[in-house]
Amino acid sequence: MTKHQKPSAFSRRNFLTAAAGLTFALTIAPEAFSPADKAFADAPNPATPLSPNVWLTIAPDGTITVISPAAEMGQGSFTTLPLILAEELDADWSKVKPVFPTEWDDKKYGNPAYDYTFQTSASASVRGYFMPLRIAGAQARRVLLDAVADKWAVPVGELATEPSVVVHRASGRRIGYGEIATFAKAPAQLPKIEVGDLKPTASFRLIGKDINRVELPLKVTGRAEYGLDVTVPGMVYAAVLQSPYANGAPMEVDSARAEKVPGVTGIVKLPEGVGVIGTTIEGTQAAKKLLKVTWGDAAGAHLDSERALEEFAAIGRDKSRDGVPFAKIGDVKAALASAKRVFLGEYRTRYVYHAQMEPMNATAAVSADGKSAELWVETQAATTLLKGVAQILQTDRSKLTLHQHFIGGGYGRRGNHEVIFDAVRLSKAVGKPVKLVWTREDDLKGGKFRPMTAHHIEAGFDADGKLIAWHHRVVAESVLAYISGNPKPRQDRIVMKGSPIPQYPIANKLAEHVIESRGARLSPWRGVGNGYNAFAAESFIDDIAKELGKDPVAFRLELSEGVPRMQHLIRVVADQSGWSRKRDETALGVATMVKDDTLAASVAEVSIDRVSGKIKVHNFWAAIDAGIAVQPRNLTAQTEGSFIYALGSVLREKITIRDGHVLQSNYSDYEVARMSDVPHVEVTVVSTDNKPTGGGELGVPLSAAAIGNAIAALTGVRLHELPFSPDQVRGALGA
Amino acid sequence: MVAFTVNGQRHEVSVAPDTPLLWVLREHLKLTGTKFGCGIAACGACTVHIDGEAVRSCAMPVSLIAGKSVTTIEGLSSDGNHPLQRAWIAEQVPQCGYCQSGQIMQAATLLATNKNPSRDEIVEHMDGNICRCGTYLRIISAIERAAREG
Repeated sequence: MTKHQKPSAFSRRNFLTAAAGLTFALTIAPEAFSPADKAFADAPNPATPLSPNVWLTIAPDGTITVISPAAEMGQGSFTTLPLILAEELDADWSKVKPVFPTEWDDKKYGNPAYDYTFQTSASASVRGYFMPLRIAGAQARRVLLDAVADKWAVPVGELATEPSVVVHRASGRRIGYGEIATFAKAPAQLPKIEVGDLKPTASFRLIGKDINRVELPLKVTGRAEYGLDVTVPGMVYAAVLQSPYANGAPMEVDSARAEKVPGVTGIVKLPEGVGVIGTTIEGTQAAKKLLKVTWGDAAGAHLDSERALEEFAAIGRDKSRDGVPFAKIGDVKAALASAKRVFLGEYRTRYVYHAQMEPMNATAAVSADGKSAELWVETQAATTLLKGVAQILQTDRSKLTLHQHFIGGGYGRRGNHEVIFDAVRLSKAVGKPVKLVWTREDDLKGGKFRPMTAHHIEAGFDADGKLIAWHHRVVAESVLAYISGNPKPRQDRIVMKGSPIPQYPIANKLAEHVIESRGARLSPWRGVGNGYNAFAAESFIDDIAKELGKDPVAFRLELSEGVPRMQHLIRVVADQSGWSRKRDETALGVATMVKDDTLAASVAEVSIDRVSGKIKVHNFWAAIDAGIAVQPRNLTAQTEGSFIYALGSVLREKITIRDGHVLQSNYSDYEVARMSDVPHVEVTVVSTDNKPTGGGELGVPLSAAAIGNAIAALTGVRLHELPFSPDQVRGALGA
Repeated sequence: MVAFTVNGQRHEVSVAPDTPLLWVLREHLKLTGTKFGCGIAACGACTVHIDGEAVRSCAMPVSLIAGKSVTTIEGLSSDGNHPLQRAWIAEQVPQCGYCQSGQIMQAATLLATNKNPSRDEIVEHMDGNICRCGTYLRIISAIERAAREG
C-alpha cells in the first residue's frame, strides 16, 4: 500500500462551518470518531515501511498490513483474501493485519470477476481475487528476495523463505521480513510473476488449512464496529417514513404532531420518503410514527402479490408469451414435438425478505459547499455506491471518503444504497452529519425482495427413454430492471441463474424469463435465481423419476453422465445419508445444484405432523465441490449457514403485498429459522484441483427441493409452492 | 433523571422515561456492543443482564431499571476471556457477528444456573435469539464446550 490513511475530507473546521446557523444545541457530548477497523488499522510504524505493491505494507516490526477489498458480512473474506496473498508471500500469518481499503480505487483493488469494481456478491471474492492476490504475494516475496540477494551479494537462487524469514542455507544466515523492510526499496519496475512461479498446491501452508477468522475476537466482545455503531462529532439522528411502495413520492405531509416531539429539529422530503431530523434516536423514531403523508401513485401501489402470482402461473402456460432466453442449446421446441413422452411441472415461490439482523442504516456528512462527503456505512458494492453519491451531489468521486464497516448481514441487501443516499440528502439539507437508522418495521416494509416466481417446465424423452428436451419458463419480475431503472426486458442473470442446470447435459435446452412488471421493490437475495430455479427443476426431476419408476439418486446419476464432479457428490450424499436404508417415520429427498461453477448435492431427512401440517427436518447432508477449498471449515460453516438461512424460507417465510402494502412487519410475523428448527447438518467439502469458486450460498438452492422431495417420498404428495407452510401441507394432504 | 449501574459504573441519564434501555446504552452511553435488531423483544440481539437476568433491552423502558445493575457484553469479562467467549472462538461461531453479543449474554444466564445443560435445555433457552447467518449449530457446540471446559 503506497498511501496511508487519508486525512478526513470532512475536517473539524468543516464541521463547524456546516454547523453554523443551526438553532439547537446538542445534548450528547460528542466523542472521538473511531473507525470500524480500528483494531486492524493502527498505522504501521511509519519509520520505513515497505510497500512492495499496492496490496501490502511491511513495517520494520514485521507487521504486514494487507488490503482486504471485499466487504466482510460473515462470509470470511476478511481472513480468506489476505491469507491468499500471505500464502505466496510466505508470511507468518500471525503478523498479517487485514484492513479495508482507505483508497477506493477500482483499478487497484476492484474484483476482476466484476470487471474490476468493488462488488461483494455471488460468492465471487475468492473466485475473482484468487489469482491476483497470489501474484501480488509472490511479487512482494520476490522484491524481498532480490533486496536480500543484493545486500548479501549472493545469487537470489540460493535464497529461500520460511514464514516471514529469508534464509541462505549455504551460510546459515536468516533475516526477517521486518528487517528487510528497513533497507529494501520497491523497484520502479515490479518483478513480473508468471503462473509457473507460484507455489505448487502441495506446498500450501495456509490455503486448504483451517485458519481462525481474524475479526472474531472483536465479534465476541462487542467491539466489532458495524455501521449502526458509528458516532461522529456533531451528528444528528434521522428517521425516515418511507413510501409503502416503490416510486411513491411524498405529496402532502402533515408533520404538526411530529414537530412537537422533543428534540425534533426538522422535516425533510425525500424522493420516496419523509425524513425526521432530531437530536435523539428515540425522538426521531417516535416523531416518524406521527407523520401523516399521502403518497403519489406508482405501479407498485396496485400490487396484490397473491393475485399476481396466479396471473404469473397462467402466463407460464401461455406459450404465445415468449421469454428472454437465458440458456439455449439445440432446438427445444422441435425436440419436444418429436418426443415420445413429455412431462409437465408447475411450481411457485413467493417474495422473501433478507431479514439481515442489522437494520439498514447510514451515517453521512456532506460538506458546507455540498460537494464533498464522508460516509460511514456498510456496502457490498462500493463502486456503485460512490457513483450514486457523486451523482446526487453532482460532484466527483474523488471528493468522497468511504469508511467501510463490518456488515451485520448482507445476503444481497447491502448492494442497495437507498438508505445511504437518503442520509446524504439529509446531511446536505441540514448541514450536519446525519445518522439515519431504520427500524425493523422500516426494514421489512421497505424491504427489497427476492422476486416471486411461477415456473412452467416441460421435459421430453425419446423412445429410448433418454431425456432430450428441457424447457423451463420462469415468469417473474426483473430484478435488473428494478435496480437499473431500465424497464426494457433483457437477460437477467439474477433471476435466471440456476435455470441452465449444467449438471444435466441435455441435447435441447431452453431456459427463458417471461418478464412481468408489477412495481415491486426487488433485490438479489442470497443464492439469487438458483434458489427457486433449483426448487422447481429438482422437484420436477423427482416427479419425473416417480413417473418413470426410477430411484431419485440413480436417476440423477444417469442424468449427470459426463459430469463426474457432480456424480461424485451425489454418491457422497447418498452414502452419508444411508440413502437405500428405508425409515419408518421419516423419508429422504435428494437435490443438486450448480452455481457459478460450484457444484453441490444434498439429502434431507424429514417427518411430518399430519394433523398440524408441520414439517420437521431431522438431518441434512451436503457435499460441495468449489474447486480448491481455500478454507474448508469456512466452506462448511457457509453451507450450514446458507442452508439454515434458507430453511425459514422453505418452511414459513413469505412476504405478502396487498394494495401495494407489505403486510408483514417484524420477526413476529416474518418468521425466520430459529434454533429449534435446525436439524443435524453434515457437510462434506470435496476439494478438487479446479480453480476455486464460491461457497457462500449453496445451502439455499440445496434446501427446498431436498426437503420437498423428502416430503413427497414420505407422503406421496408433491408440494408445488414455497413456503411449505402448515396450511399448504394440510391442504395438499387433504387433512 | 434515572440512575443505575452499567458494568459496575454508576450512570445518571436525563431522557424520557419510556426511552428503551437499548438506546440509552447504545446512543447515550455509547456502549454499542449491545445490538438493535427488532425493537419488540422478538430477536434477542439486544440481550443484557439486569441483576443477573437476561433481558431484552429494546423493550425495557429505562425508568424501570432505576437502581438496578446492568451488565452488557462489554462487562461480561474484562478481557474477552469468559468461558463462553473462549468457546465461541474455539468453535468459530460468528459469521456476520451482529447477533452474537445477544447470543452470548443469553447463554451466560443458562450456564449461571445450569452447569451442564442438555441439548434440549440449550435449545429451549436460546430459541428466542435469532441468528440469520444460521450459526445455531456452532452456538450449541460452543455452549456445550463452555460447560465442559468452564
